Order: sequence, then C-alpha cells, then structure tokens
Amino acid sequence: MSASQTVGPFFVIGLEHLHRADLAIPGAAGIVITIRGQVLDGDGQPVPDAMLEFWQADAHGNFSEHKCEAAGDTPARFTGFARILTDPAGAFELRTIKPGCVPGADGETQAPHLAVLAFMRGLLKPLYTRIYFAGEKANDADALLRLVPAERRSRLLAKTRGAGHAFEWNVVLQGPEETVFFEW
Amino acid sequence: MSDSRPYRKFAPGTQPEYLHPPYVSTVKRAPAMPLILLPHSKTELTGPAFGHSLVGAADSDLTKQHAGEPLGERIIVSGRVLDEAGRAVPGALVEVWQANAAGRYRHKTDQHGAPLDPNFSGGGRALTDEAGRYRFVSIKPGAYPWGNHYNAWRPQHIHFSLFGAGLLTRLVTQMYFPGDPLLEFDPIFNSIANEAARRRLIAKFDWETSQPNHALGYHFDLVLRGRDETPREK
Repeated sequence: MSASQTVGPFFVIGLEHLHRADLAIPGAAGIVITIRGQVLDGDGQPVPDAMLEFWQADAHGNFSEHKCEAAGDTPARFTGFARILTDPAGAFELRTIKPGCVPGADGETQAPHLAVLAFMRGLLKPLYTRIYFAGEKANDADALLRLVPAERRSRLLAKTRGAGHAFEWNVVLQGPEETVFFEW
Repeated sequence: MSDSRPYRKFAPGTQPEYLHPPYVSTVKRAPAMPLILLPHSKTELTGPAFGHSLVGAADSDLTKQHAGEPLGERIIVSGRVLDEAGRAVPGALVEVWQANAAGRYRHKTDQHGAPLDPNFSGGGRALTDEAGRYRFVSIKPGAYPWGNHYNAWRPQHIHFSLFGAGLLTRLVTQMYFPGDPLLEFDPIFNSIANEAARRRLIAKFDWETSQPNHALGYHFDLVLRGRDETPREK
C-alpha cells in the first residue's frame, strides 16, 4: 500500500469542509452524550493543530451505511462518523449518541466504544485508540480491553463529568498518563 | 454474511515509524509506550461512506475557485485508487491541499514571506468513479522553507487524504514531483525506509493526460490497505 505521510500543519485547507462535531441527529434512538477533552503533547502542552476522527455504532450496536453529506444539509440519518479539528487550546467536544454493544473479532460482544484516529503535525501516520465508558458493566468482558495491561486500562475510559451525560476523555501522547494506542 | 477477513500487515519498511528524530516534531508526539496489537473487529472492518453532495464542480479544479486564474504552472493530476490486490476502489473520498506556486499556504500560521495568490485557495476533493479514477486540475505548488533544521525546505508536494471501504484503509500521504532535488534532504519523505515505497509517492510525468497549450499531466496511483486473501477460521 502507499506509504503514509504527515498531515502537516495546514490540513484545515483541505479537511475542514468535513468538520462534524455533532452526530446526535433529532429523533435518533439512544442517549445523547457529550465527550470533551484535550490533545496534549510530550511536554503536556495542548496541540492546537490536531484532527480527530471518530467512528462508532448506533445505540443498537449497528454501524451505519448512510453516507456523510455536505455541511448545511441537515443530516437526516445517523452516519457514525465525526471529524473534529482541535481549537487553539487543543480541545475538542463531540456530541453524539452513546453507542451500543457491537460484535467482536471472535463472535464475542464488545463493550460500547468509539474508534478514534488522531492526525497531526509530527505524526507520520495516524494513531488509533478507542473511547470506552467508565463504569460500564460490559467492559469486564471486552476482548480488546483485556489485551491492555490492567494498570493502563483506565486511559481508555471516558469519565463522567458533572450532570447529564457529559464525559471527559483526553489524548495524551506521552508521559505517565499516555493514552493506550494500538498497532492497527 | 459480512466479510470478516482482517487487513494485511504492512511489509517492513514500507510505512514510517512514529518516532523519526530527523523530523523533529515526532520527538514529542510519537507514543513512548509499546503499542498493543489490534484485533480487527467489525468496528475496524466497517467505515464511513461519503455522498456526492460533498463534492461540487469547482472542488476538483483548484484553478476555478476564484474570479481569476491562479499564477503558476497549470497541472492535471490524475490516477486510480486501488487496493493491494489491484482492484479499483470506487466511491473513495479523495481530499487534497497544497501551497500556491510561490510556496505559501493560505493559512494563518504560515509565516513564509512568499506572496499569497488571491486566486488560489489550495483545497479540493473528489470521489473516485467506478474504475477508481480521480482527476484534479491545479497549479504546481512551490517549495517552501520550514523550521525543522537549518535551511530546511520541503520539496514540492500535494497532500492527499483518502477513505476506502473500511476504517483501516484510511490513508493520508503526500504526492511529490519527479526530479525534485529537495527530496533527498527531506526527513518526511525519507521517513519511509524502503526505497521502492518512497518512490511510489513520486508522481510520473504523463504525456497522455497533458493538454497541448494548456497543462502538464502527472499520474499518481494510490494503493489502500487490502484484506487477507483467505477467510479466517471461525
């Protein structure tokens, strides 16, 4: 396959048209949640020029086959795909529907999760990680979480913040709180 | 029944490593802890799809996005998006961005002293057709300086972003131009250890798609990650 190269610092020019930070279309089944966080580099500094892409199942655990359409066209259907460019503070906020359990690699059930690809200057290829939800019963039996050393598992968990269905989850590139990344 | 074959592993040296110290920004951004090998589940084998409303007429012709024509050498960049078995990938979203002919990006953080071109924004996109083909009209981007090391210059390039059939076919890369003397000094291009894999990122001059008295053609094929050819045992 073709080799990967970095997105560099100027990807806004080509990629911002598909900025999608709200997947919770009116009438979609499930619980509306928000996931807020920050992207932090090896010095703990915010990364203001990162792009995150999210892919998730709907509340029933099904992946959508509906196409993403142009911004301005009110999405009529849940697509499951979001793209967020971080702000000057390296922060992002995703509003979406909490995903259901989905089939795993070996016929098992996976706990509710979102797949995340991170792109930025200084990354020659995207990083892959996942967001799981703290306190979710299904986490204990999730095959992927069980591959992660127990002491690092919490890095994949979005934590409840305040009232409602608000969560916090960060991308920490290095250091003791480093996010768990996967060789994909 | 859905296809449950996992994606193939990368051949050694054909993809860059996260940590590549000659490209200085990797030092504080490459993960330091070991990566965990990802089993490919339905989450990874599925992926987003993109509709035609995302692509307007001017999105594949970067010379037609303003009242006047941009300055620079007019080019036509075309090719196919294929999987590793050589099959066409139809309906793939191809997004591009580039500097103008003077080597300047239309972006607030680009401090290069070269001029902006009021007739050039530098962004475009297309969906591949049934045969996996795409085509862009643009101008040849200029080389530009960057702060990686003393007298560092990026070779002329166009950024490409692609989505294939599943999440793990996601590819972001750069297309370079043949004969560029800056390639041998560029730590981003040279982050790919395998020489053949590096050379596949250099477009070929294409006489067939060049248009007399109008534009030079360049051919650039992109190969997305493929699946294992044999199904997994259940």
